[in-house]
Amino acid sequence: MSTTQPLFQHHKHCDEIFADAEEACGKGDWSAGEKAFAGFASQLETHFLSEEEVLFPAFESATGMTSGPTEVMRGEHRQMRDLLAQMKASLDNRDDDGFSGYAETLLIMMQQHNMKEENILYPMCDNALGGTEIGASIAARLAAP
Amino acid sequence: MHPNLSFEQAPPISVPYRFLLAAPWFGVLAGFLLAWVGGDVLESRWTPEVLALVHLIAVGFMLQAMSGAMFQFIPVAVGGNVWRPLLVANVVQPTLLVAAVLLVAGLLFSAPALLSAAVPLFLCGVGVFAVVVMLALWRTPATGMTLWTMRLALAGLVLTVLLGALLAETLARGLALPLIPLTNVHLAWGLGAWALMLVGAVSYFVVPMFQLTHPYPSWFARGFGPLLLLAVLIWSGFWLLDDKSLAQAAGLPLAVVCAAFGGTTLWLQYTRRRKIDDATSLNFRVAMIALLAFALSAASMAVWPQLADDPRAVVWLGMLVFPGVFVSTISGMTYKITPFLNWLHLQRLGAPISAVPNMKKMIPGDAMTGQFRLHLLALTLLLAAVWLPALARPAGLAFAASCAWLGANVIQALKNYHRFRDQIRASVLHH
Repeated sequence: MSTTQPLFQHHKHCDEIFADAEEACGKGDWSAGEKAFAGFASQLETHFLSEEEVLFPAFESATGMTSGPTEVMRGEHRQMRDLLAQMKASLDNRDDDGFSGYAETLLIMMQQHNMKEENILYPMCDNALGGTEIGASIAARLAAP
Repeated sequence: MHPNLSFEQAPPISVPYRFLLAAPWFGVLAGFLLAWVGGDVLESRWTPEVLALVHLIAVGFMLQAMSGAMFQFIPVAVGGNVWRPLLVANVVQPTLLVAAVLLVAGLLFSAPALLSAAVPLFLCGVGVFAVVVMLALWRTPATGMTLWTMRLALAGLVLTVLLGALLAETLARGLALPLIPLTNVHLAWGLGAWALMLVGAVSYFVVPMFQLTHPYPSWFARGFGPLLLLAVLIWSGFWLLDDKSLAQAAGLPLAVVCAAFGGTTLWLQYTRRRKIDDATSLNFRVAMIALLAFALSAASMAVWPQLADDPRAVVWLGMLVFPGVFVSTISGMTYKITPFLNWLHLQRLGAPISAVPNMKKMIPGDAMTGQFRLHLLALTLLLAAVWLPALARPAGLAFAASCAWLGANVIQALKNYHRFRDQIRASVLHH
C-alpha cells in the first residue's frame, strides 16, 4: 500500500457521510441531520489533522518544500473549516436554505481540493515518502474512533 | 516542485465569464432564425438556413462556452498553467465571435466573401487558443485520463477547424473537392473527436464531483478517448475512400462508443451517493438520454441505410446532438461554473468566509430549474419539428426564449458577483 492510500480511501468515506448529512437536512430530518453532520465534521477534521500534523511535515522535511502545494492545501483546509462552521450555524438555526447553500459550496471546494491532492500532491508524497512508516501512522489515526 | 505547478493559477474572473456570457445569445439567434424561416426549413441538412443554424450552435454557443470553460478548468482540474490567460482571452474571444458571425452570415446568404473572411479568423483564434492550451496541458505534472482525453479533444478541435476552413474555401472559391464526404468527416471530428471528447474528459472529473457518483471505471476512462478517436478515424477513412456502403456502416462503431458513454454516465448517476437533483444533474441526464437516442438512431441508420433515405433523418440526428446533448451539457456546466467562480473570487477578497455568500446565492435556484424546464420543452418541440414542419416556428421561439433565459441567468450571476464584491470591499474597509 502506498503512503497516501489511506487518505485516498478516507476521501470517499467523507463523501459518503457528507451525502447522508445533506440528504437528512434536505428532507427536514434535523435530528438525523445533526448526527450525520457531527460524524462528517469530525471525520473531516481527523483527515485535515492527519495531513497537517503527519503527512505535510514529513513531505516538507523530505523535499525541503515548505511553501507551495502543502501551504495551499493548508489554506484550503482553513476555508473548508470555515464552511463547516457556516453549515453548523445554519443547522443550529434550522435554516435549510443556508445549510444547503453552504453544503453545496463545501462539496465543490472539497471535491476540487481532493482532486488536486489525489492527482498531484499524493503522488509527489508517495515518491518522497515511500518506504517510511508515515502511511501506517496515518492509517492508524484515520482508523481511531 | 515542478516550476509550472501552482494551485493558485485560476485566471481572472472576466476570462471565463466573457465566453459564458456570449454563448447563450448565439442560441437566441439560432432560435429566432428558425422561427423566422419556419415551415420546411428542416427538411434537409443542406439548406443555407440549416447550415447557419448548425454553426450558430457549433461555433457560436458551443465553441464560446467550451473554450471559456477550458480556461477555468485546466488550472483547477489538471494543474495546467495557461500562459497569460487575460491576454489570450482578449485575442481569442472577440476573434472567434466575429469569425462565427461571418461564417454564419456567409452560409446563410451564400456569400463567398464572408466565408473567406471567416477562415483566417478561425485559424488565428483557434490556433492561438490551441497552442496556449496545448502547452499548458503538456507541461502540467498532473496525470490521469482527464488530461489525456483533453489533449485528444484539443487535437480534435484543430482538425475540425482545418477541415472547416477547407470546406469554407471550397464553397467560397468553388474548389473541386468532394463536399459531402468532407462535410461528414468535418462533423465527426467536431462533434466526436472535439466536443464529445471534451465532455468525456470533463465528465471524468465533474460527474463524480458534483453528484458523488462512483468514478468512471478505469478501463472505461482509459478506453473511451482512444476508441472514440479510432471510430472517428474509421469513419473518416471510409468516407474519404468514397465507398458509400462502407461509410454508412462506419457509423456503427461511433454509435457504440456514444452509447457506451451515455449509458455509463446514466448508470453512474443512477447509483450516485448524493440524492439531490439540481439543474446541473437534470441537464446532464437529458444530455445522456439524448446521446443514447442519437446512438440508437445512428446505429439503426447504419444497419438499415434505407432509414436514412429521408433527408430529415440526418436533421433528426443533428437535433439530438446539438440542442439535445451539447446545449444541455453546457447549460448544466454553466450552472456550476458561474456560482463556483463567484464564490472562489469573492472569498479571496480578504473577508471572513461568513461574509461571503454561498454558491446558491449567485443564481436563484428557481431561475435555473425554470430555465431547464423551458429548455426541455424547446428540445421536445425541436425534435418534433423535424417531422412536423408546423412546429418549426414555435420550436424556434421556445429555443430562443430558453437560451435568452440562460443568458439572463449568467448575467444575473455576474451582477451578483459585482454586488457582493462591492459589499465585501466596503465591509473590509469599514473594519
